[in-house]
Amino acid sequence: MSEPLLQVSNLRTFFTTEEGIVRAVDGLSFTIHKGEKFGVVGESGSGKSVTALSIMRLIEAPAGEIVTGEIHFKGQDLLRLGDEEMRKIRGAQIAMIFQDPMTALNPVYTIGNQLVETIMLHQEVRKSQAVDIGIQALDDVHIPNPKVRMDDYPHQLSGGMRQRVMIAMGLSCNPDLLIADEPTTALDVTTQAQILHLMLELTEERDTAVMLITHDLGVVAGFCDNIQVMYAGRLAERGTTDFIFDNTFHPYTAGLLGSMTRLDEVREERLYSIRGAPPSLINPSNGCRFTPRCDFAQDICGSKTPLPREFGDGHWAACHFAPDLDLSRVKRAERVG
Amino acid sequence: MTQDTQTQDTDNPIQMPPERLLQVENLVKHFPITQGIFFRKQIAAVQAVSGISFHIDRGETFGIVGESGCGKSTTARCVLRLLEPTSGKVLYRAESSDGSSGSHEIIDIASANKAELRRLRREMQIVFQDPYASLNPRMTVASIIAEPLVVHGIGDTADRIERVKELLKVVGLNPEHTNRYPHEFSGGQRQRIGVARALALNPAFMVLDEPVSALDVSIQAQVLNLMGDLQDEFGLTYLFIAHDLSVVRHVCDRVGVMYLGRMAEVADRDTLYERPMHPYTHALMSAVPIPDPTIERNRRRIILEGDIPSPINPPTGCRFNTRCPRAEFPRCSEEIPALKEVEPDHWVACHFPEVKQVV
Repeated sequence: MSEPLLQVSNLRTFFTTEEGIVRAVDGLSFTIHKGEKFGVVGESGSGKSVTALSIMRLIEAPAGEIVTGEIHFKGQDLLRLGDEEMRKIRGAQIAMIFQDPMTALNPVYTIGNQLVETIMLHQEVRKSQAVDIGIQALDDVHIPNPKVRMDDYPHQLSGGMRQRVMIAMGLSCNPDLLIADEPTTALDVTTQAQILHLMLELTEERDTAVMLITHDLGVVAGFCDNIQVMYAGRLAERGTTDFIFDNTFHPYTAGLLGSMTRLDEVREERLYSIRGAPPSLINPSNGCRFTPRCDFAQDICGSKTPLPREFGDGHWAACHFAPDLDLSRVKRAERVG
Repeated sequence: MTQDTQTQDTDNPIQMPPERLLQVENLVKHFPITQGIFFRKQIAAVQAVSGISFHIDRGETFGIVGESGCGKSTTARCVLRLLEPTSGKVLYRAESSDGSSGSHEIIDIASANKAELRRLRREMQIVFQDPYASLNPRMTVASIIAEPLVVHGIGDTADRIERVKELLKVVGLNPEHTNRYPHEFSGGQRQRIGVARALALNPAFMVLDEPVSALDVSIQAQVLNLMGDLQDEFGLTYLFIAHDLSVVRHVCDRVGVMYLGRMAEVADRDTLYERPMHPYTHALMSAVPIPDPTIERNRRRIILEGDIPSPINPPTGCRFNTRCPRAEFPRCSEEIPALKEVEPDHWVACHFPEVKQVV
């Protein structure tokens, strides 16, 4: 693996609400290397988006706060940068695309207007040059008639086209890292296939690292080199895509795989289902946060927090009983017990 | 449509095979686009559903899959007559009105009058996609689930509370929680409340409109398992509307694939997934990600060009011809392909059908 690009260590991002403090991300560490396709998987509330926003320093104060942690990007700690310095990194070196391209684009400005603004903000070019770069960026994402489309407003484009514009905007300044937060969740499957194909093509070409956040294990299977599974603000498991799918050590990952319906097979009558629902992150209980839903939980799980341990080859799991659990029945068979 | 309130033509009773619960014939739904304030004249129409036919047998699950804008939800709403169909028939085998068990009559929902519809509404229910929008936030769980009972004047207050508790148990919720409000429940639990409400009147037929799309994967499995259990327990017949082909494969006995208001292909589940013949079905299936990195790396994806055309001005001939990798012109752009039975119980609307393994 090539040199590290982004190193997050012991990140804690909390939100103060009327009900109490929400520990949205609670002690998370990971590394993304240059050009790596890094997948972050988890359900709603697992802290995947908050992680991304923390990296971008877009956590809204005063409710949200990065309490502890370091985020090293190309050698400098992003959490120690001033607002002005951070602004130079955001968009230029780390770009982000969001789930809903309609809300991410400003409806009262043309596509061209917004593209040119981004480009001129980060590159020392004249407006006419920025327009040319913008047209080229639209052409790169295979938008037909890019010159004409520059004058379109976001509502004149379909969902897939809008997401292409977002990708064009994100990649227009050649960032080292592209954070894509559920970029295809709002799209139809055939459009999703187009967009993923496009993202992979463009980022491979430019050796851009991608942090792909999604709830869909199918999407990461085809896209990512490495996967990080998150649960309730913490790491559950991380490893190469193949390893996670074939040899998972964590009951939560296994449960996710087991509860998915698959296009290529008819499963047993009943799907494996993880009982209950994710816990509240206000005053979470001690120990492993998956305990109440885990079929393998024992006494220790409710009292002692399992720290992530490495099992070689970059495979990390946060479970007291890894790697000794037999998860095959969870991953593939009908629900037992 | 609406002026024709005569539904039962007694001289010429409508026929359906005995196992059939629902038969949709040539259903059309156009939404008019009007212009002007005082003299609203119709200038165009969104052709949401353009003549589709299918049937559902008693006790089975029929799935309709397609992408947004293909008309699958409009079809479901027309079947329940939550929307007025523009034309076509929706034949439904209802319990006989004289109450004798085992006797049935066939009613055309599309032209049923108010009294008939009111009776049918007890037998047909719907579960919506969004468990946040489909429950009134100001009503307690008890009043939400009891509402159908109140509307149809069933039981007194005490009976209804009993029934609500029973229903909560059936869908796997705590029967003590009758006085809670929807916001106190998670998404999966809310969907269970929606299911309980739909079950309140002991329906025979349920439309499930994307019932799990808004839920997390682990919760999806819970709700899908619940729907399966309820079907076994109460002998329910489902019309399952979804965009997710993997979920449909797990749940449905027979499946119809829709594209831009028309049925592209209809077959039983195994035939459709193992021997799909319509080029759109191929593209749709090949686009669905499979949670297996080895398979994903070796799959050949059919990437469709462009976007779905507008249903206001759909392509002539086969509606898929503008994006179809197999289209031959001028035939595909001139001649509408009929839905033909190419092998037993496998119907395809394509001039050049061909079996292709994409899964």
